[in-house]
Amino acid sequence: MGKTIAQKIFESHHRGSPSSENVVLDIDVVMCHEITTPIAINDLKARGMDRVFDPDKIKAVIDHVTPSKDSKTATQAKILRDWARRHRIRDFFDIGANGVCHALFPEKGFIRPGHTVIMGDSHTCTHGAFGAFAAGVGTTDLEVGILKGVCSFRTPRTLRIRIDGTFPDGVSAKDVILNIIKRLTVNGATDQVMEFCGSTVSRMSMESRMTLCNMAIEAGGTCGICMPDRTTAEYLWPFIKDDYDSIESAEEEFKKWHSDPDAQYSSELVIDVSDMVPQVTYGYKPDEVKDVTDLEGAKVDQVYIGSCTNGRIEDLREAARVLAGRKIADNVRGILSPATPKVFEQALLEGLIKTFMDAGFCVTNPTCGACLGMSNGVLAEGEVCASTTNRNFNGRMGKGGMVHLMSPLSAAAAAVSGVITDPRKYI
Amino acid sequence: MGNNMKQFGGPALFLDRDDINTDEIIPAKYLTENSKIDLKPFILEDLTLKDFDPNSESLKQAGVIVTRANFGCGSSREHAVWVLEVNDINVVVAESFARIFRQNMFNCGMIAIELPKDAIDRIISLGDQVDISVDVDQSTITAKGDREESFEFFLNSFDKDLVMAGGWLAYANKNY
Ligand code: SF4
Repeated sequence: MGKTIAQKIFESHHRGSPSSENVVLDIDVVMCHEITTPIAINDLKARGMDRVFDPDKIKAVIDHVTPSKDSKTATQAKILRDWARRHRIRDFFDIGANGVCHALFPEKGFIRPGHTVIMGDSHTCTHGAFGAFAAGVGTTDLEVGILKGVCSFRTPRTLRIRIDGTFPDGVSAKDVILNIIKRLTVNGATDQVMEFCGSTVSRMSMESRMTLCNMAIEAGGTCGICMPDRTTAEYLWPFIKDDYDSIESAEEEFKKWHSDPDAQYSSELVIDVSDMVPQVTYGYKPDEVKDVTDLEGAKVDQVYIGSCTNGRIEDLREAARVLAGRKIADNVRGILSPATPKVFEQALLEGLIKTFMDAGFCVTNPTCGACLGMSNGVLAEGEVCASTTNRNFNGRMGKGGMVHLMSPLSAAAAAVSGVITDPRKYI
Repeated sequence: MGNNMKQFGGPALFLDRDDINTDEIIPAKYLTENSKIDLKPFILEDLTLKDFDPNSESLKQAGVIVTRANFGCGSSREHAVWVLEVNDINVVVAESFARIFRQNMFNCGMIAIELPKDAIDRIISLGDQVDISVDVDQSTITAKGDREESFEFFLNSFDKDLVMAGGWLAYANKNY
């Protein structure tokens, strides 16, 4: 019987089987940020176990609240910073070099096909875009990961999602993943790997694949995953060029991870994007999704473009298509946070930052910031944000605030018109 | 092993809703706390549930949460488990759990029990004051309210080992 990519990764990283349903895996990359890691560090210290299994396999970043906003967040940053120094963790990113973890780490080439990746962060599923098994975990799992380089998982089942068709102009990866979550519901993929395949995925850039995999958790999925291919090899080329003779040979070698044609899936979802309309959430759960045309005219106080879902260069380019030569509406505040310094720099070079600023946006440094309602754009009670982030829970961006999730293009259109609106009329 | 085991059981708190997320259990603004005990007052502060009062006596006394499907969805924050732990709630009984929350419970040596919808209906129907006891060895829970009813649940051997060890760190230290 054939195997799925997840099964192949599990077999190659198998460390133990504590029961017939559970496996313990060796972990290739343990990623850390300043919200969930400091408490793990403090606990390890208190237990006299302040060690790391391999400083080269640990990557750390201060990203959620940066620069620190108060003494408590400064303390969290300091705990992570001191720990990274103490254990000689080279890949540690602080102010000036920091950005949103799930945008920054892929950009550094840390994630490779076939890798196992954990982080104390639910959107770790993003890294499955590289053909890796990447899962969000809690602090105890993170602690054991840091100490021993292992993590336990239930044997995965895989849900295959086949996406075909050509995107109509104005529709992108964000719209299709929102539509998928709508169909699956918020727990339709619980304890499953969401394997994305089909001609549309094959044509997607790595950025778009990351957007797709980023939101797997919003359907309950353990990990989103795409087959590593030519696009993956080209993206990773600067980091792997010493390991392979050519991009072709890397692409060829990556094929060993591909799911076999006769692999078993728990179920399959087939989607054609050819007639898809931009998608927007309307409630407090990410599966409460409608066509943008059904929400036309809904009020907006703030527009937020950024995050690990849609803060990459391709997202900024999309938004700029709408913003170029236009001004944001008087009733709206616009905030842009490019997800990483590299994205920021590229956006400067391309003139995108100027486009945003001319339109009336405030451009902030790379950070999670408003996405989780901690800084840089927290909402007041009763306010509404059109946002390119991934979570619309009640109060997510500030107590009593509401979030409509959408693509960068739709968010830019909301900024310009002052209400939720079909972005296709601006392009 | 064994002596690290927590106490399981106590008065039930009913949270009769699907998809209660980790932001509702402990809002993100408290994630800047660096000690578990400091989370204690903020339990379920942002829960959206009709007639629920985060300052109620039933919450203060609770030892077990009984709830519906997909409990603990959303962020990976283990704070959502710790805030229960420091409020002496070591058991959650639900129709189903989000993966990370469920694993975090066992990783902390606590128990996430899955029961079918009709069993949850029956527990809730036992009245306003229901006391729940958990027998880990036998994998049964007994709910005592207006009547008494017992339910079997499934705990695989690894989950059980984690509960006995007092969590994943202790278990991993011994085995890996
Ligand atoms: S950008 Fe938002 S969703 Fe992504 S890691 Fe940061 S807080 Fe989490």
